[in-house]
Amino acid sequence: MHDINGDNFDINLSEISKIEGAASLEIKIRNKKIEDLKFSISEWKRFYTQAIRGKPAVAIPQLVARICGTCSNAHLLASIEAVEKGFNISPSPQTILLRKLLYYGLIIRDHALHLYIFSLPDIFEKNSILDFDENDSIQHQLLDDAFAVKEVGNQLSIIVGGRSVHAPNPTVGGFIKLPKIEDLKNLKPKLLQIRPKILKLMEIFAEAPFYFKLKSPVTLSALVSSDFSFLEGKIKTSSFSVILTRRIGREESQTIEQKDLENHLNAIIIPHSQARGFMFDGKFLIVGALARLNIGKENLHFKTKKSVSQFLNFFPSENLFYNNLAQAIEILHAIDASCQIIDSFDTIEQEKLMVIKPFETTGIGVIEAPRGTLYYKLEINRDGTVKKGEIIVPTGQNQIVMERAIYELVQRLLDSGAPKDKIIEEVEKLIRAFDPCMSCASHFLKVKWKQI
Amino acid sequence: MVNKLKIGWFSFTCCEDSTIIFTELLNTHYKEWLAKIEFVHGRILRKDDTDEIKEMDVAFVEGAISSDAQEEKLKKIRQKAKILVTVGSCAINGSPSNQRNFFNQTQLEEIKPILEKFKYKEKVLKISDVVKTDEMIPGCPMDEKMFLKVLNKYLGL
Repeated sequence: MHDINGDNFDINLSEISKIEGAASLEIKIRNKKIEDLKFSISEWKRFYTQAIRGKPAVAIPQLVARICGTCSNAHLLASIEAVEKGFNISPSPQTILLRKLLYYGLIIRDHALHLYIFSLPDIFEKNSILDFDENDSIQHQLLDDAFAVKEVGNQLSIIVGGRSVHAPNPTVGGFIKLPKIEDLKNLKPKLLQIRPKILKLMEIFAEAPFYFKLKSPVTLSALVSSDFSFLEGKIKTSSFSVILTRRIGREESQTIEQKDLENHLNAIIIPHSQARGFMFDGKFLIVGALARLNIGKENLHFKTKKSVSQFLNFFPSENLFYNNLAQAIEILHAIDASCQIIDSFDTIEQEKLMVIKPFETTGIGVIEAPRGTLYYKLEINRDGTVKKGEIIVPTGQNQIVMERAIYELVQRLLDSGAPKDKIIEEVEKLIRAFDPCMSCASHFLKVKWKQI
Repeated sequence: MVNKLKIGWFSFTCCEDSTIIFTELLNTHYKEWLAKIEFVHGRILRKDDTDEIKEMDVAFVEGAISSDAQEEKLKKIRQKAKILVTVGSCAINGSPSNQRNFFNQTQLEEIKPILEKFKYKEKVLKISDVVKTDEMIPGCPMDEKMFLKVLNKYLGL
């Protein structure tokens, strides 16, 4: 619907582009006010939480890796951790280092996909990275950088995991096949080659004229470890009010054991969405790179901290668009931490996988997926089959606050007299800054419907 | 100027792993492909300027069919594509996106409210259940070498 003054109109975006998976947005505007706004995850469910029931727990990681194409290895490692915790298996120090390497490969290629392919065109006002002008030296260089950076992350994932998507080599207790030491050593110069490219990317995202701050109070949450490995640690929370006051009060920041996370996450059924949203102790929740940098930036690799102190000063930040800058900083950390791990290896030893004697148990695995905290809880029967599974993905945790942020942004734009096209453009940019992953978000089932 | 090969990339119900492999193949092939290929559709790379499906030389389709709306879109793609290539396991044989087709009665009861509310099809379909297909690239994710072989064939390489 349109009218002469532009006070009444509808926005219907059926498939938002340059994000992972399918999402849609419907906004009804009357008299310059939002009458209705629905941000929906429109991926069709594949019912993984049902499908894993009755299957052997040790076979679950390779199945749940198929929940997501891009962060497949996050699902793989979180579910492996859940099975290992359930059966009291402690992976060897070598396995832990190789998993970190595999994961850094994922962080490099997945964040690079988001930053270069999805978000960078917004800054250069292009539809696609493929439209970058080859006769413009800056744009041409960024086009080359995009694929060079992604390729190094891809190669690191392939060398360690056997494949960058649905890696076949990692398994419960260790690796079915180990990487060759010479392949890792040969990759180190390539990792160092992309380092300056990431520094340049950071400058672009630090200087980008995009700024959005929520009015609503928000809790930020992340798994924090002393080496910023994404794979270990305790859950820590913070809030934007902490940023304002620089004061960490008892109610505003807390540390939570991995096993207790589920008690703080309130599942919300969103009637119009194919995916479930979450709040944290009743408050809007943000997970992902912005939360990780706001809460744990001091744990980044020392070389990263030294190189980018000027950008680290931006954190903690309330600017939701700095999720992009935070991701770029995490790529640099992944490069520096990977180089250190590769240097630490003299040999890679064959290690025998242990035989698991199943018993009735429950295992919880929590890691930081590229887009935020990923939680697996597997209840396992005496015969080693899965009785019940609970999987909570980052985009589910961000979904409620994303809709809230879109609402606040649209109302602000309407108040400033922005036309429909401008509103669509700005909303898409904001959604991309969250880096949502719809494939992940729509894997599960919740049958009770209630209005929010 | 040589006519570029018009390709489209479409994702239905799946994890989009083959899309990711495709974007990783761009790492080493983008220079060659930019010169020879026009990406007519591909949500991961660009925003479409129209809701209509455009004419294509080759449409790559990943994922399985869960709804009538998806089935309709697939039929439109078929009409507009000279060649339709199914990509990856979900497109070719439906799995694992069709795992609900094999659920027992208890599991089916649990998912029934969702299936009804969002109007899911009774069974998840593979692509060839709906339209004629010309080529297939199997794998979960797709086999990279087979993808390059099929693409090169239509690029005339």
